[in-house]
Amino acid sequence: MMEDMKSGLDNKTDDAPRIATKELTLSMGPQHPATHGVLRLVLDLDGETVVKCTPYVGYLHRGVEKLSEYRNYFQIIPLTDRLDYISSMAGNIGYCVAVEKLFDIQLPERAQYIRTIAAEMARITNHLLWLATHALDIGAMTVFLYCFREREVILDLFERMSGARLTVSYPRIGGVKNNVDAKWLDDLYRFTDEFPMRLEQYETLIDKNRIWLRRTKGIGIISAEDAINWGISGPTLRGSGVPYDIRRYMPYGVYDKVKWEVPVGKNGDVYDRYRVRMEEFRQSNSIIRQCIKQIPDGPVMADAPKFILPAKDKVLSDMEHLIRQFVLITKGPQSAPEGEIYVATEVPKGELGFYIISDGTGKPYRMRVRAPSFVHVAVLPKLCEGGFVADVIANIGTIDIVLGECDR
Amino acid sequence: MSIMDWAWLLIKILIVIGITMLHVAYVVYFERKVIGHMQARMGPMRVGWHGLLQPIADGIKLFFKEDIIPSNADKPLFYIAPVISVIAALASLAVLPIWEAFSIVNINIGLLYILALSSVGTFGIILAGWASNSKYAFLGSLRSAAQVISYEISMGLSLVPVILFAGSTDLVDIVNAQVKYPFIANPIFIVPFFVCLMAAIAETNRAPFDLPEAETELVAGYATEYSGIRFGLFFIAEYAGMFIMSAFITVCFLGGWYGPDAWIPWLGFLSFVPNWIWFMLKVYSLIFFYFWIRATLPRYRYDQLMGLGWKIFLPLTLASIVVAAVVKIL
Repeated sequence: MMEDMKSGLDNKTDDAPRIATKELTLSMGPQHPATHGVLRLVLDLDGETVVKCTPYVGYLHRGVEKLSEYRNYFQIIPLTDRLDYISSMAGNIGYCVAVEKLFDIQLPERAQYIRTIAAEMARITNHLLWLATHALDIGAMTVFLYCFREREVILDLFERMSGARLTVSYPRIGGVKNNVDAKWLDDLYRFTDEFPMRLEQYETLIDKNRIWLRRTKGIGIISAEDAINWGISGPTLRGSGVPYDIRRYMPYGVYDKVKWEVPVGKNGDVYDRYRVRMEEFRQSNSIIRQCIKQIPDGPVMADAPKFILPAKDKVLSDMEHLIRQFVLITKGPQSAPEGEIYVATEVPKGELGFYIISDGTGKPYRMRVRAPSFVHVAVLPKLCEGGFVADVIANIGTIDIVLGECDR
Repeated sequence: MSIMDWAWLLIKILIVIGITMLHVAYVVYFERKVIGHMQARMGPMRVGWHGLLQPIADGIKLFFKEDIIPSNADKPLFYIAPVISVIAALASLAVLPIWEAFSIVNINIGLLYILALSSVGTFGIILAGWASNSKYAFLGSLRSAAQVISYEISMGLSLVPVILFAGSTDLVDIVNAQVKYPFIANPIFIVPFFVCLMAAIAETNRAPFDLPEAETELVAGYATEYSGIRFGLFFIAEYAGMFIMSAFITVCFLGGWYGPDAWIPWLGFLSFVPNWIWFMLKVYSLIFFYFWIRATLPRYRYDQLMGLGWKIFLPLTLASIVVAAVVKIL
């Protein structure tokens, strides 16, 4: 035995001595300051280089799709709040647009305008939170608090409009819950007046900062072709130079009545996606301003008695309306057409699609949500592998995910 | 030494450590207020008038928190790591000349002594990361080791022009060499001053070089597994380190305890201001600068930071040494 050991030692001294190395497996999340919720990434590290990155999702699964099969069409709206809770308004609108298409309801003009304004406000709040956390992840702490200052203004406007700041549940099938008054529109207009100046403030803090540029340029590159193949949508896709925006190609609301541009990037890196979202701020701001100028007077709910709840004063004074309200609330719209439909809307994070199968009862037979965050999480390994741990953080920020929507 | 000398030495040590501890508590408060106002918020406001008692409350909280030690930790090292950091930080205070006649001991290699102790402080961080037996802490300590190698050299070299011009490594001599003008007023010293300032930020693990404890990447880096007063000790070491580095730069480049009244004739009426006030003013301006940077800049990436240290700072300091040497000979 001693001989064996000795020969073993001799063998070692003959060759150059080798120390075996193996990758360090690091489980990042689900509790981690920078994984934007409960995302878990298992990283195989060689030093600080990421060799392999495996995302695990599902920690926030609440079964929204299955729950929807047991709720009537009205009751699903609050569930859509909880998908993307950063911009719940956009989720609400996406769902309502899909159901309206299924039921073939035409919205009154004013409701369309209010919805468009609300959707763009949601886009601004979402991008503000994205910029805040993205900058904080990379280490720019001050931008975080500046963004929250502006976000607060919009959340207050949401509160005046719907009664809630975060989970708004403001749109209804066939319109919106409340009309908005002139004072509210004035206050929003005042916000849009000063918002571009605020954007410049953020840009002075980070856009010309050498550290920021070095942390974002050339990081997490994805080509246009790859981006399409991976099913990426929204600003993350446009950062790669694909000018695809559902608001432009399949307009809903009043996006075809206002002037706006689709900002695109070139290189598909973290910096380009950042620039695209910064431009989207300006476009959203301009859309809101145009809508406020053009908004007509009129009702905010469609004239579709089979699908919308009757007015409250009628319910309290009239037997027929009371019965109709009772049936709609307890059983859902009984005259829903049979069939299936997929409608996608451009929410701040990408393409949010609702696929609904209706069997003619008041509840959807099946509802499937095409969540952009879920698709975007899948591309993380492609972005992260070969980079550094610090780039993983930048990449999580740049694809703009929210786990409520990803896990549903 | 007589017994009286020993007693006076002990009293001086107690005064300096006491003041430093109080300083640590209130520089945290100062930081939270400064950064708070830079970020359009108020900072601590609840405990005491404008939150003035907040540091005391924080200290009490840290002291009475449960001291959790991970079961797989290397316990002796885990215990001793924060102590190393704190001792290294506090021991540096011994040679700092706060005013002309005041330093606990006056040794003729004060400058080297401070450089050496600041490296020892990093050992505490490296050991903490190793002993915690946690992956985040381990990565944090590796980063710290890489960082200290990249920056120690530039920092040491950036002080060579100071030694050349002062002709001594004694901190009191260095200050006295600046009686006519502070070194920073000499264009030769602009580059070394800048490099030394940046290296000091890296040395104390402050933003934008706070990689060993980068919150959004490594949770809390080397301190991830620490809690209670052991975490508090690291905290004390960091803020005491900031004070020491600022004081060190003040001594080496900004003229130490000499005020503008000594340099500019028509400011002579300011000569009634005590020396230590000038010293503290300079130190706190530097500390304010640290806060300002933290509120403004994003974090460097590990490899970019190494590149900055080796490819930019090192050549710059070497060049400035040559320039300083040539000027000195002429």
